[in-house]
Amino acid sequence: MKFSEQWLRTWVNPSISTTELADQLSMLGLEVDNLLPVAVDCQQIKIGFVNACEPHPDAKKLSVCQVDIGAEDLLTIVCGATNVCQGIKIAVAVIGANIAGMDIKPTTLRGVESFGMICSAKELGLAEESNGIMVLPEAAPLGTSLQDYLELDDTSIDIDLTPNRGDCFSIQGVAREVACRNKLTLTPPEISPITNTITTEHDVNIHDFVACGCYVGRVIKNINPDAVTPIWMQERLRRSHLRCIHPVVDVTNYVMLELGQPMHAFDLAQIDKGIVVRYAKENEKLQILNDETITLDSETLVIADKIKPLALAGIMGGLHSGVTSATTDIFLESAFFNPVMICQKARQYGLQTDSSQRFERGVDSELQVKAMQRATTLLLDIVGGEAGPILEKSDSKTLPQTQTIMLRRDRIHALLGTTIDDSFIVEVLTRLNFNIEANADGWQVQAPSFRFDMSIEEDVIEEIVRHYGYNNLPTHIPKFSGYLNAVSESTMPLSRVRHLLADLGYREAICYSFVDSEIQQLLAPEIKPLALANPISQDLSQMRTTLWAGLLRALQANQKRQQASVRLFETGLRFVPQDNELRQERMIAGVASGWCLPPQWSVDNKKIDFYDIKGDLTALFTLLDKQDDVNFVAAEHPALHPGQSCKIIVNDETCGYLGALHPRLVSELNLQGPVYLFELTSNVLTKIPLPAYEAFSKYPMITRDLAFWVAKGTSFAAIRADIEQNAGELLKKLEIFDVYYEKELESANKSMALRLTFQHSKRTLVDDEIQAVVTAVVSSLQKNFSAILRD
Amino acid sequence: MVELEQIQQRAQDAIKTATDLATLEQIRVQYLGKKGAITDFLKNVGKLDASQRPKAGQAANQTKQIIASWLQEQKDVLSQQALQAQIQQETIDVTLPGRGQQIGGLHAVTKTTERLVSIFQQLGFIVAEGPEIESEYYNFDALNIPAHHPARTMQDTFYFDDGRVLRTHTSPVQIRTLKNQKPPVRIIAPGRVYRCDSDATHTPMFHQVEGLWVDKNVSFADLKGVLQGFLNTFFEHDVKLRFRPSYFPFTEPSAEVDIWRGSDWLEVLGCGMVHPNVLREVGIDSEEYTGFAFGLGIDRLAMLRYGIDDLRLFFDNDLQFLQQF
Repeated sequence: MKFSEQWLRTWVNPSISTTELADQLSMLGLEVDNLLPVAVDCQQIKIGFVNACEPHPDAKKLSVCQVDIGAEDLLTIVCGATNVCQGIKIAVAVIGANIAGMDIKPTTLRGVESFGMICSAKELGLAEESNGIMVLPEAAPLGTSLQDYLELDDTSIDIDLTPNRGDCFSIQGVAREVACRNKLTLTPPEISPITNTITTEHDVNIHDFVACGCYVGRVIKNINPDAVTPIWMQERLRRSHLRCIHPVVDVTNYVMLELGQPMHAFDLAQIDKGIVVRYAKENEKLQILNDETITLDSETLVIADKIKPLALAGIMGGLHSGVTSATTDIFLESAFFNPVMICQKARQYGLQTDSSQRFERGVDSELQVKAMQRATTLLLDIVGGEAGPILEKSDSKTLPQTQTIMLRRDRIHALLGTTIDDSFIVEVLTRLNFNIEANADGWQVQAPSFRFDMSIEEDVIEEIVRHYGYNNLPTHIPKFSGYLNAVSESTMPLSRVRHLLADLGYREAICYSFVDSEIQQLLAPEIKPLALANPISQDLSQMRTTLWAGLLRALQANQKRQQASVRLFETGLRFVPQDNELRQERMIAGVASGWCLPPQWSVDNKKIDFYDIKGDLTALFTLLDKQDDVNFVAAEHPALHPGQSCKIIVNDETCGYLGALHPRLVSELNLQGPVYLFELTSNVLTKIPLPAYEAFSKYPMITRDLAFWVAKGTSFAAIRADIEQNAGELLKKLEIFDVYYEKELESANKSMALRLTFQHSKRTLVDDEIQAVVTAVVSSLQKNFSAILRD
Repeated sequence: MVELEQIQQRAQDAIKTATDLATLEQIRVQYLGKKGAITDFLKNVGKLDASQRPKAGQAANQTKQIIASWLQEQKDVLSQQALQAQIQQETIDVTLPGRGQQIGGLHAVTKTTERLVSIFQQLGFIVAEGPEIESEYYNFDALNIPAHHPARTMQDTFYFDDGRVLRTHTSPVQIRTLKNQKPPVRIIAPGRVYRCDSDATHTPMFHQVEGLWVDKNVSFADLKGVLQGFLNTFFEHDVKLRFRPSYFPFTEPSAEVDIWRGSDWLEVLGCGMVHPNVLREVGIDSEEYTGFAFGLGIDRLAMLRYGIDDLRLFFDNDLQFLQQF
């Protein structure tokens, strides 16, 4: 909410500066977002009178004016505005003034000397837009500076109200807080009842008091259609960022700002016999004040006459029944609408208005008549007319009831960790209009009708501490209860895995959890991803089913920025819908492309390949002491190269994939390939076995190297399994130290060179027994793989 | 004897001119070896008069020792020269860069998260987690945010067609934890949160850490102590804070905390005493137990800590940015 500081100070005027006031408001929970000057410096802008206005002899669009600013001589000023004419009061920037960075100096325009500038409201920072120069009221005192005349030494204060403080959506509410804080008494404008001078009434019929607990109406006839809103009111509205529309509307807005009661004025001539507050008929149409025609449903409350809807209750008036320059008779409304209903409907129709914002947070249910009286007083002053009697329809049972709350000293102490003086508590609550009654434990408290948010003891304690100041409470570290948290040694923190990947050369990325549908379709076409109902853009519209979606986009962006080598990893959830369930799985994923090593001298560098990434994962599994339980099994994946992809199986459970990005996707995604990817579920990875010591052999090891030809398609895993089966328990280690592909031969063979290490746990091995084992191994390889031993 | 002198003289000349260890070895064999000059001389000593034999033997041994000592001297000199030459030859440019893999690094948000987790662990907090796609119950209702309450619109929520939401804060973890664990409870729950908002200072995804401490006799003063202590430790200096009254449906009283940046206040977190309705929802007696909760923006903390001026950089994943952490 924005409001004029000056206006606030007519209610309560503490001797503190603007910034101190702003600080106070923030520290009371009314957070000040912004302090804005209400105009440019208008000290050098004088009120003038156009004595004469002649067309410029040499320029069609210019006028030459003789302007009286109360000085001895008239000023000759050349003006380009079309609305300049003889006999009006205007704002003159005199020689020496500075307007928006421009110094006003004597100047010659097409041969005529000009001594000043006649200003528009926009140039003075008094309006966002203006059409021609600013015309001031006739009564404006000649020669006075605009600064003084409009009392522009003011600040527009913008506060960000929390949803619980509907009561502060007005000058009255803010003033109450400031008065309490500074121990001052409020000086509100006097509001006295206006008795009716005519008897015209308009019947009001409320169909549902739960939705509309109170409706106050009044007819005012014979208003002056030519009346204008007085400049002081225009200024207060402007400084509260409300546009001036029509004197009647301006008054209702003014009362809303002043007291917090949204009001509405209907053109009486457009109302057909009596007011009905009812639910709309399904699909009933209403054209509202913003020109939009909305289609209503049967749960929407409208203000109607006997025939048609007139307004969307509490949110926006209808265009047809609105006040216009031709209006002479009006019907004023001041009502209480159910906050939940208004919140729901304002959201449903997408209409957040000054009125709906106040009603949804809650308007004081005891304010309607008072606001009507205030509006009547102002209207009779400004537009004249004759007021009818006030008609009030209400059902107190449906209005919010104030709670009686027990406030205990002990509870205050328990919650705040300190004791607050009784006298302070009593003073604050009294100033905030609470009814309080002391008892043995503390007080019995009743909140005022405008404090909807008070329902429990803690709410009242917050009121006290707001005014006491959170910063005046003590600060201490609480005492520990005597217990230690469990610390598991069979869980590897995910952070350790992150650190390992970082140490292996990967950079950690954080990608959005929502991605574009295109990449998801490419990477995991078999999964139907969860789509956001209200995405921020199409690029961020689906929940990722694989972390690769974000990582590949990041790779793409980095390659575009000329990064030759990229290694990224990410940890986070993927979202996989499955059989009406949604799996939110924490994953670890990586992408790598480019050079194996950073550029360096005298080293043969090569492009990253499958085995580099597999090596990184092996390091990971080694860290987790799982290397024996892991199997990499060739398997296809829609995103991966069918010849270079595998499943990763840990303890017989598939926990992820590793492979080269499918060459088709490399080109569709405009990437520089090859690109390697992995993705694993993290829960498999973070469980680790507790190390269990085993006695180790102290006897010498014997190694034997074997090199042989096998068919190209033979997997190392098959060879290893065969050897392990035949070598028996003496084999301690099996390493492959060379793989060589024979290119020329038709048979396309490959050679593998293996090193077998043998050791006995209790004695030294002899050559003969190893020879027997090796012979068995070789003959099995020959039989099962047609292996040909090399020399 | 004259013969010995000649041997000695010749050996000396030979040793002096030897320039490598192999030549020196030849000289040793030539003079001191089994078939060398001294041995030859000693063979002839037997032919001498018995009275002269001891003297001649003595002289031969003396000559042998002299030659041996010259040989050793020259050997030391040559070894030293050889070592010098080797060193000379093996001298490298130590300013050339080392080789090997470059290490990577963690994301600034992760670094910050790890740091704050380790600080809170000192106070006995343990890390808790929860799903990111939440039911409205956990994200709103259980946290005392009823449907059609203006508080629901405080946070722009991402919805799914089935009514579930992307969690708008880490606070649902409070409910999930308290439903499973009776007080005393001390948890922190870092993680991703989502709001339907995107501009220069907002990204639709960001990171929060939720803190919750529920026990007997926990007060607002404790909340202040924990947060002040945490921020001082995190920033490694005393941080000027202010606690400003605010509103969250799940805490009462509620506050926002601003950090003084030297010229202005920057809001970094929201906190308060756990609302009795929240405790009631999870079956905890709010007369017996009290608690505080806070929600802190990790990204904002990382920006302050590392001097990052644009939140969006965190999620662009530009290597030039990532490499700085």
